Amino acid sequence: MSVIHLTYEVSGDDFTRAGEASGLVKSKLKKLGYNKDAIRRVAIAMYEAEINMVIHADGGVVDVDIYPDKVEVVLADKGPGIPDVEKAMQEGFSTAPDNVRNLGFGAGMGLPNIKKYTDEMKIDTVLGVGTTMYITVLVKQ
Amino acid sequence: MVVKDLIDILKAKVILEGDLDAEIKTACGSDMMSDVLAYVKDQSVLLTGLVNPQVVRTAEMMDMLCIIFVRGKEPNADMINLAKSRDITLMSTPYRMFTACGLLYSNGLRGGCEV
Ligand SMILES: Nc1ncnc2c1ncn2[C@@H]1O[C@H](COP(=O)(O)OP(=O)(O)OP(=O)(O)O)[C@@H](O)[C@H]1O
Ligand SMILES: [Mg+2]
Repeated sequence: MSVIHLTYEVSGDDFTRAGEASGLVKSKLKKLGYNKDAIRRVAIAMYEAEINMVIHADGGVVDVDIYPDKVEVVLADKGPGIPDVEKAMQEGFSTAPDNVRNLGFGAGMGLPNIKKYTDEMKIDTVLGVGTTMYITVLVKQ
Repeated sequence: MVVKDLIDILKAKVILEGDLDAEIKTACGSDMMSDVLAYVKDQSVLLTGLVNPQVVRTAEMMDMLCIIFVRGKEPNADMINLAKSRDITLMSTPYRMFTACGLLYSNGLRGGCEV
């Protein structure tokens, strides 16, 4: 049973607002008294995934389930999909254009970061249809 | 070192005042936000030449206390508002990135990812 369910729509054409949903989840978890390390791991992983949705996939929907012992985040977009997930997971691999790089992203570190900070990570992707990412962070009480 | 010690060391101008007495553990300097996000250590200060709202977001996700814009750059009103509600101090230093980092290092601040 999920204690709290949150849903956010992430706009694909407003880079300046990317991260809003992650910020809201972060302050929610803080209010609920979750431990600092877990909150930070959720915030960073979700933020990287939210940024990816904006820069690579024209936005999407984020669903967050907060349990006493874990936080699950599902990010679904209708973007181009990822042709080679294994390659995309490598540090330094990025297809981000120069304008994204000028904004401080496109180092090819997002997916490896998400992997590093979460306890579970799964990517379902279909070319031309979209990408759904599932991430779980376990919370030690 | 506490946040307000940065002001003299970097001849910095305070643009937004958060908790100036908060203790600084480590710092990092980068224009690539994903690189910053790759090292979750108690990094309290971010030095950057990048000016956009994602800099403040990145600091927020990392629980950072202070952002220092190098080369005299200054954040816009949106960024200041974003930082205000998160109690993050914003400063601008006339020094360039290398010199600003060097000054902090020589005053005892470290990066927190020793090899
Ligand atoms: N939601 C997505 N839809 C389509 N492609 C994606 C998506 N997320 C990631 N990718 C692809 O995977 C690559 C690697 O993603 P990753 O987040 O690791 O790096 P990046 O976003 O390019 O740079 P960084 O995260 O360091 O800013 C991207 O460059 C892009 O090609
Ligand atoms: Mg990314």
